[in-house]
Amino acid sequence: MSDKKTIPTIQRDVVVIGGGPAGLAAAIAVKEAGCDDVLLVERDRVLGGILNQCIHDGFGLHIFKEALSGPEYAARYIKQFREKNIDVMENAIVLSLTKDRVVEVSTRGKLQYIQAKAVILAMGCRERTRGAISIPGHRPSGVFTAGAAQCLMNLENIMVGKSVCVLGSGDIGLIMARRMTLEGAKVQAVFELLPYSSGLPRNIQQCLNDYDIPLFLSTTVTDIAGRSGRLEGVKVAQVDENRAPIASTERFVPCDTLLLSVGLIPENELTRQAGADMDPITGGAIVDDTFMTSVPGIFSCGNVLHVHDLVDWVSVESEQAGKFAAAYAKEGYKAAANRIQVKPGDGIRYTLPQSVSGEDDFILSMRVTEPGRNRRVVVKNGDKIIRKKEVRLHPAEMIRIKVGKDVASGGNAMEVSVE
Amino acid sequence: MSVKKELTCVRCPNGCTITVELDENGKILVDAEGKLAIGKEVACKMGDEWAKQEIENPMRTIASSIPVENGDSLMVSVRTDRPIPLAKIFAVMDEIRKKTLKAPIVINDVIIANPAGCDTDIIATRDVAKAG
Repeated sequence: MSDKKTIPTIQRDVVVIGGGPAGLAAAIAVKEAGCDDVLLVERDRVLGGILNQCIHDGFGLHIFKEALSGPEYAARYIKQFREKNIDVMENAIVLSLTKDRVVEVSTRGKLQYIQAKAVILAMGCRERTRGAISIPGHRPSGVFTAGAAQCLMNLENIMVGKSVCVLGSGDIGLIMARRMTLEGAKVQAVFELLPYSSGLPRNIQQCLNDYDIPLFLSTTVTDIAGRSGRLEGVKVAQVDENRAPIASTERFVPCDTLLLSVGLIPENELTRQAGADMDPITGGAIVDDTFMTSVPGIFSCGNVLHVHDLVDWVSVESEQAGKFAAAYAKEGYKAAANRIQVKPGDGIRYTLPQSVSGEDDFILSMRVTEPGRNRRVVVKNGDKIIRKKEVRLHPAEMIRIKVGKDVASGGNAMEVSVE
Repeated sequence: MSVKKELTCVRCPNGCTITVELDENGKILVDAEGKLAIGKEVACKMGDEWAKQEIENPMRTIASSIPVENGDSLMVSVRTDRPIPLAKIFAVMDEIRKKTLKAPIVINDVIIANPAGCDTDIIATRDVAKAG
């Protein structure tokens, strides 16, 4: 570390890492909060992040009250970002981050160390791959994550295959099943390990049912065949209640392409490097209601914090993180007088933030463990029920509940459960 | 004999389940005020109208990408600016797939007017500048 001190260090009030929807909204909010010295670092050559390849519509219904495509949604934020003259480094990758908020940035021919008063982590997430779910078999070409195929088709004009199976019913997999069908491929089927779909109901309808693409639940890929170099087909089998394949149900499905839509992983290498405490369920940092991690001055928002299903909520959350990061840069660390832990109870997989001060209203984000109808989400502060909301429960859909400071203050533990 | 049918509304990510009742001719049953006879689970006002449309002639939006010559990106993303009949999607895609464009292209440019005779335009959803 000592050699790093010899390299000139640039001072910045706020550095935002990542120029996707989270980073854009956060940087704009920092500027709007009156903090002018903000720099956004983006590794791609353009801003917008993954939205650029999400050409389907349905983005922005909450924020803009219209159904925009991903690139249009990004363009609205990029326009605001440019109008505010916010500094940006494109084609720049952050190599390291210390707990003292020194950001090591590599650009073509140049390595820079930036000392930030506050850092906003907005690196997004990446896809789980074949390796992450350990599918045995040959290693032919033709096995793609759904997002990689989406990038190749929508941005690079490369058609990835003609006869397609999809493993995993996450939204990207469903969207890609439709996209490949529209481009003339035959999508044989979507296979989902779980007994329910992990994608939004509207995508089951408009991406699968509309095109007669079958969805097989409680089914997984057990083998990949393609000794010749290209995928020749996959073996699939139903699984039992312990998700173990049932050998007698195994069958071979010929195909030249397998798309994997088997989950997203928040991209938190820098977060860990800085020493932030992590939540093993979300895969992101543990934050309070200002979106600050356990490392003072380091904030986290968007898909790097927890994977969202709607970009609108990424933007809303990131605006909050930006606002609080700007205040931190200006005023420094102010410990909250009280710290109320928020814990997931029965039927709740996780809640976020993991702790609150009780001094402000806040939005509680959560996901449930299993689908259900006519159930309620209940928030308790100590033994007292402070919030009850009737919602349709689906693990694919993030639930957001506003909790007022009038009921949040006092107590030292909150629990959220399904009843 | 009427039959019940469950629809998944695709207008927004809520994806409401709308239950409708159809008569023996497949026509949707409505009450005296023109509201769906059943189907009270809908989160918004558009559900009734959407369900009627879905039974009579389902409408969808689609998106695609078109190659661009001499642009700072290889492709431009496009979409329908109004829903088109589900039955027309492949006819519209055929027209989109024949296209190649030249930069510059500006967001909201009409790329194809009324494809396959549909009351919609295919519009650009991003800017593509000339390669420079």
